[in-house]
Amino acid sequence: MGKLVALTGNYAVAYAAKYAKVDVVAAYPITPQTSIVEKLAELIESGELDAIMIRVESEHSALAATFGAAIAGARAFTATSSQGLLYMHEFVHWVSRARIPAVMAIVTRALAPPWNIWPDHSDYMDQRDAGWIMGFAMDNQEVFDLTLQAFKISEDPRVYLPVMVGLEGFILGHTTMPVELPDQEIVDQWLGPRRQEYVIDGREPLALGNLAWPEDTEEMFMEIQKAMNNAKKVIKEVDEEYGKLFGRKYGGLIQCINCEDAKYFAVSMGAWTGDLIEAINKLREDGYPIGVIRIRFCRPFPYEDIWEKVQNAKGIIVFDRSISYGAWGPLFSDLITGLYHYTNKLPTMSNIVAGIGGVNITYNDFARMLTNFVETIEKGEKPPVFTWYHKR
Amino acid sequence: MMYEIIFYGRGGQGGVTAANILVLAALKQGLYGQGFPFFGAERRGAPVLAFARISDKPILRHGMFYETDILLVLDRKLIDIGVTKRVTVRDNGVVIVNAPHNYKIDLDKLSLEGKAKIYQVDAKKIALEHNLVVAGWPVVNTSMLGAFSKATGIISIDNITNAIREYFGGKIGEANAKAAYQAYNELNLLMEV
Amino acid sequence: MVKEVQIVKTGIKIPLAKPKVGVAGKTGFWRITRPIVNYDKCNKCFLCEIYCPVNVIRVEPDRGPTIDYDYCKGCGVCVDVCPSNALELIEEE
Repeated sequence: MGKLVALTGNYAVAYAAKYAKVDVVAAYPITPQTSIVEKLAELIESGELDAIMIRVESEHSALAATFGAAIAGARAFTATSSQGLLYMHEFVHWVSRARIPAVMAIVTRALAPPWNIWPDHSDYMDQRDAGWIMGFAMDNQEVFDLTLQAFKISEDPRVYLPVMVGLEGFILGHTTMPVELPDQEIVDQWLGPRRQEYVIDGREPLALGNLAWPEDTEEMFMEIQKAMNNAKKVIKEVDEEYGKLFGRKYGGLIQCINCEDAKYFAVSMGAWTGDLIEAINKLREDGYPIGVIRIRFCRPFPYEDIWEKVQNAKGIIVFDRSISYGAWGPLFSDLITGLYHYTNKLPTMSNIVAGIGGVNITYNDFARMLTNFVETIEKGEKPPVFTWYHKR
Repeated sequence: MMYEIIFYGRGGQGGVTAANILVLAALKQGLYGQGFPFFGAERRGAPVLAFARISDKPILRHGMFYETDILLVLDRKLIDIGVTKRVTVRDNGVVIVNAPHNYKIDLDKLSLEGKAKIYQVDAKKIALEHNLVVAGWPVVNTSMLGAFSKATGIISIDNITNAIREYFGGKIGEANAKAAYQAYNELNLLMEV
Repeated sequence: MVKEVQIVKTGIKIPLAKPKVGVAGKTGFWRITRPIVNYDKCNKCFLCEIYCPVNVIRVEPDRGPTIDYDYCKGCGVCVDVCPSNALELIEEE
């Protein structure tokens, strides 16, 4: 059986990379990601993890080195945050478009200016068109499980795409919580050796990323879209297998809490869903029939799974911790588009953007927003489509 | 049950370490725990907060808080200069102050919501007796955990000392565990309000 | 340092190419100028081999450069970099 320990979210990431027996870590420190790299350096130095730490001069090089190692056949890992992620953005696309399995943890943090080290989802959501599978955890146990699962998903031949694991800085990254670490032998058997489509290791001349005609280029990118679709199945399979082996199953691309008899649904992603669930547990005592749909993967976007739950919903409220300026929260936009696959009569939908720049949204805030939403609909009125919830 | 706990200390006094050890001790007690620093830049000597939550159910809540059930003050001077007023101690709360035996507390420097028990423990003296000095400062955080165990009864002293031993390991772990145990025995009720 | 990797091919279309000599035909016919070698002046420094952008020059330590005119496009980079003026660019006939 596993071992129960107390770990910060960042240490949970580092331990997951250790359990995956990564070959290469290339990373550049940035708040609030730093302690992942520190812990991995410590594990490598002490010999607990047999890997090479490549010290680089920037995030652009960090992902370039991770990419290079991965192409050569190494199980490679990196992590970053905020400005660092923006700086590596060019290589974010290189990895996915080259169809190279790799795992990167994003300890989310607001973007500058003004300078800000607190958590929101702006940096992470900024990458959503890059062709990476994008998972997001709610607590440190899931941070560990998701990071470990990310290797399995990424290296599945039906997928062959890199995976990003999101966790909020500080509220997960620097917070100590209980984490159960699995048995290494079972992990080894389950994860197996690294698999990939091709290896460039100098044995034969190969050119990656040379000029391709428009039609060939388009066909390669159509394959990414197909792989994203395959990933939905793979993510669910991995969740099932993991649940059987290690006793923790999350529900695949989404996790549903109190959905069975719900008339209203709150959709969100990340650690603050915990505060949201606490608010709903309280509101349920007062007779509000609300369920929570927590998005565990926003790429591929799980609209099929959400539709299954919300077919008879009277209202759906979507909480976004990032915004596409001039439009709405990205989860909201994606969900509306996804549901339109099934119906042109959408339930009443409302988007709340909140917690930007690290503003702390408590269960009381959630309770206020939820009661407002439900009561407006019950009165026969239409709640605003978009609200930026701000408090000080 | 859910307890929210604040360690009020100075940067470098080990409030965050204490919060992390408390999580480990909670796990040993079969409870859930959460421990974290103030989210932001911290500097040695400046007043800083560290936070912990202990519950018998998985903890869903996140983020910092300024209302607490238990307030541990790692340096009594923080009360004297009044910064501790920033934190509200909930009704039936507990305040534990690291201060000498004859310490006279000024209640105006605390924000008490209702009833509270205020305890004193001379963590500095205990640390020096066990030669627990790091970078010139007595290590008071582990003694405060011993005092926490006695004052609240939420976590047994055995689980506290075992968590301390596991966290530090070796001789340092042993010395800190002894300090915590001594603080457990020397805790003193200053007043009940 | 790779512990273990399996190449599991699925046939997906990837941006990977296997460079081969002559895939674009014999590109030497693109040439309108031709580099020629004066072996008396050559000091066997290898610079022409290193700088040739299409990798068609081989320098033998005892002889000097041999140019593969099947693929040489006559760009003249070798002539520019030669420190002993042993290469000359002449009009292609």
